[in-house]
Amino acid sequence: MELVLSLGIGALVGSGVWLLLRPRTYQVIVGLSLIGYGVNLFIFSMGRLRVNAAPVLPEGGIPDPAAFADPVPQALVLTAIVIGFATTALFLVVLLASRGLTGSDHVDGREP
Amino acid sequence: MVGSAALIPLVTIPFVISLIALSLPSNARNAEAWLSGLTTFGLFVLAAMQYPLVEAGGVIRNELRWVPQIGLNMAFRMDGFAWLFTMLITGIGFLVVIYARYYMSPEDPVPRFYSYLMAFMGSMLGIVNSGNLIQLVVFWELTSIFSFLLIGYWYHNAAARDGARMALTITALGGLCLLAGMLLIGQVVGSYNMDDVLAAGSMIRGHKLYVPILILVLVGAFTKSAQFPFHVWLPNAMSAPTPVSAYLHSATMVKAGVFLMARMWPVLAGTQEWFTIVGLAGMATLLLGAFFAIFQQDIKGLLAYSTISHLGLITLLLSLGSPLGAVAAIFHMANHATFKASLFMAAGIIDHEAGTRDMRRLGGLFSLMPVTATLAMVASAAMAGVPLLNGFLSKEMFFAEAIEHHADSLLDSAAPYVAVLASAFAVTYSIRFIHGVFFGKIPDDIPRHPHEPPFFMRLPAILLVLICLVVGIFPAYTMGAYLNTAAISVLGPEMPYYSLSIWHGFNVPLLMSLLALIAGIILYGLLKSYLATSEEGPPYFRELKGQRIFERVMVSVSWRWARLLESWLGTRRLQPQLRLLSAIALLAAGLSIARHGVPQPQLLLSGTDLVFAGLWVIGIICAIGAAYQAKYHRLYALILLGGAGLVTCISFLWLSAPDLALTQLVVEVVTTVLIALGLRWLPKRIESTDQETTFEARLRRARDMGLAVLSGLGITLLAYIIMTRQAPPTIADYFVENAYSGGGGHNIVNVILVDFRGFDTLGEITVVGIVALTVFALLRRFRPAPDNVDSPEQQLLQSQQVVNSKDPEEAAKAIAGDYLYVPSVIMQWLFPVIVVFAIYLFLRGHDSPGGGFVAGIALAAAFILQYMAAGTRWVEERLRILPVRWMGVGLLFAAATGIGSWVFGYPFLTSHHQYLTLPVIGKVPMATALAFDLGIFSLVMGATVLMLIAIAHQSIRKLRAARLPAAAPVENA
Repeated sequence: MELVLSLGIGALVGSGVWLLLRPRTYQVIVGLSLIGYGVNLFIFSMGRLRVNAAPVLPEGGIPDPAAFADPVPQALVLTAIVIGFATTALFLVVLLASRGLTGSDHVDGREP
Repeated sequence: MVGSAALIPLVTIPFVISLIALSLPSNARNAEAWLSGLTTFGLFVLAAMQYPLVEAGGVIRNELRWVPQIGLNMAFRMDGFAWLFTMLITGIGFLVVIYARYYMSPEDPVPRFYSYLMAFMGSMLGIVNSGNLIQLVVFWELTSIFSFLLIGYWYHNAAARDGARMALTITALGGLCLLAGMLLIGQVVGSYNMDDVLAAGSMIRGHKLYVPILILVLVGAFTKSAQFPFHVWLPNAMSAPTPVSAYLHSATMVKAGVFLMARMWPVLAGTQEWFTIVGLAGMATLLLGAFFAIFQQDIKGLLAYSTISHLGLITLLLSLGSPLGAVAAIFHMANHATFKASLFMAAGIIDHEAGTRDMRRLGGLFSLMPVTATLAMVASAAMAGVPLLNGFLSKEMFFAEAIEHHADSLLDSAAPYVAVLASAFAVTYSIRFIHGVFFGKIPDDIPRHPHEPPFFMRLPAILLVLICLVVGIFPAYTMGAYLNTAAISVLGPEMPYYSLSIWHGFNVPLLMSLLALIAGIILYGLLKSYLATSEEGPPYFRELKGQRIFERVMVSVSWRWARLLESWLGTRRLQPQLRLLSAIALLAAGLSIARHGVPQPQLLLSGTDLVFAGLWVIGIICAIGAAYQAKYHRLYALILLGGAGLVTCISFLWLSAPDLALTQLVVEVVTTVLIALGLRWLPKRIESTDQETTFEARLRRARDMGLAVLSGLGITLLAYIIMTRQAPPTIADYFVENAYSGGGGHNIVNVILVDFRGFDTLGEITVVGIVALTVFALLRRFRPAPDNVDSPEQQLLQSQQVVNSKDPEEAAKAIAGDYLYVPSVIMQWLFPVIVVFAIYLFLRGHDSPGGGFVAGIALAAAFILQYMAAGTRWVEERLRILPVRWMGVGLLFAAATGIGSWVFGYPFLTSHHQYLTLPVIGKVPMATALAFDLGIFSLVMGATVLMLIAIAHQSIRKLRAARLPAAAPVENA
């Protein structure tokens, strides 16, 4: 499981880095989103992988921390997903405005 | 108020008064003078009252704890030496305030003047009374800033602006060096406390960092005290109002440098390095300053170079490293302050009355203003070192020290000759000043007819000259005890023997004095006729303009070199920057792994589920596919991106993170919609028509591919290493144990977000809100490129076939209405379902997966679905969504929940919880955290809707294409 997820994260980040280095703004926004997935999964995996151990407490009894997946990275990633959406929107608008103003969708605002 | 309690008001009151002075009306000359004068006099008395406590080596301390964990305290410390300086600063400050009242013209905006003056005084008092090195540097820099403001007070005058800028540049640069030196001292000693540092002298002198420390501290002191070659700022600072010059160049500012050297004397002095550096600087300054002073035509210029020379004398005395030298230096600091302040005041009176300070245009003023002339003559005599005046005494001590043997070096052997020569120069320029201004015949072209100034304008100078006389005649009775007190605190209890009296019998120093006096008079006789008509500045040297050199250096450093560096190292292109960033990240991680190796896996989730593996095969294909298609097939790339997101979402679900899975799912939906809305505004790019790929492009791609593959492999390795290691104990346990008992919820992730870390969440939703508003604002001025303004091809076809209406509004509506008819009916029906689902997600959030974030985005998805189904106009005719209001209400609600806990006496965002039984629905958890979550819900919903609608609206706005620059965009050179 760990190896599969690690390879998955690697593929997401690798594809993302490739796109980040491309000249067109659309490629960059897709690349950033892919890196976003990869990084979110990476942070999430810092709590180690657990199956069937959702951090939702049952009724009654004293909770045993060992029985649950680590909730802290999950809380971090949850807000990261929402903020990631917001920044994607911001970047999208910036790239549209840049395209409108300069006529080019190159990341530098002008064709090389 | 005596003792430690007095120190803090002593330093802080000037700053408070400075603020008050600033707020008075601009014509309140008398009010300003009374306010500043009374304050300064009060501070003078307050300082005088501390004398019994600092006598005979006593020290007053007061410490305000600030960050004690890292040794940062506001520490105030006054000993005898600091006391002497406090007296000088407040005493001469008081006289300057009185003098300035009569000097400043009614047109000058005096509040600014007095405000700066008081703040400057406070900074000086802060320097001398600091008990902490860092604090000392802070006050040191404050004096640089306030002296800049004071010198540039007449900012309409270009010379004042340039002089101020030069003073700030040089002294603040020295201040930075001083800070570095102090930090090094702190590293060596392990404390920034003044007492600890003063006690650690031998440790610092023996340390291998001694030389860097010495140089850095000395650069600070030399720049401030205008020592050669940093002296250039001082003559240029003469464009300041004369009261400022009288204050800055007698008792304060320039004295801060020599104060620091004397303060650090027990710590740094006594070594060969100290002797060489300080001695050379002091000797050069002493001689050159005195020589240049002779050839000045401006009275203030003469006094400025004389100040430089006297500071060189003090520095030279300190360089000797002998206790007697230090005593003489301290004595001369006080003496110079008194006679130089009175001389500047006299210069100001002459300027004020005669309208010029040029000695070629002045003469014979004795008959017109005898009192001022007498004052100036006595003070000049003190400057020249004539017996019966205070300047004579310290000069005698200087001569006595100069002939002593200190070290086997040329410097030491040269000292007596340099001393006599410089003293002769001092006699020459003093006579030149007196003779040139007060004697001879009155020139015809004198701008104004001078007469005596008001009594109170003379009074400060009279008092200062009296001090010169009294100290000069009865040194032991007037100054003896105070000098002793000051010297003890620098030298420690083992004081050298010295006697303060005017007559020590016929000895070598007296002979040197006589020699200097006679030589000076002869020199003046020789130069007299030359000086009466010569140009400003000394012969030959006047070609070497300090100011021009300074400006050249400034232009080189701040402009030419900066441009050069930017052209070498800078780029405005994004790709090289990102490439560098990725490469550095890769290198950093790679080095770390290379150094520590790859550890053996400790922890493995048993087995690998084939379905999970298959899932990620799809995920990896999606990711690589998206990367491959993003250039020419944007929609494919978007779909593949969504696929990768979905796989991520399922992985969350699989690995025990239902909340994340839910959020990822709804965010995925809105992100896809969002990007799809943006696709319309991008340029067409067709693979077959693109130009040939060049060899360079292939090479670039290969390099980027290498970087991408390495990054991917690197993060795979990193993730695998971490995931297979046992996790250290974290704060997670606390959250699990207290989620229900403390936060009243079963869903730990949600409790963390809305309760434990509620404040973070409040910050995060604020960020989301700000981003949404930014998106909205950016789009209001959106101008699409010309090739995107027309309706999409599909709509054009539809409008040809379906619509015959002439009205374009009607046509647009019809096109939107006809489009995707079956799905749009379903989407409209789905609206209430999604709304209920969102409410359900929200309500269960505290106990089961769900919560404000996911519910907010889900509801936003419900709205945007309606927009997609029926078109913008149809929706907005039926539904008024006010996203900005939703956001505002949400933020206020979340903040109000937090503030609400204050009402009950708890810290911000403390939650309270209980269960409420409602009819039909049953038991409902009612934590205050739920109200906070409601705020999150409302804000996230509003923000998401705002962003989506803002982009969606662009299609129906009457768009004007941006005017593009013809052909290639112009490069900003």
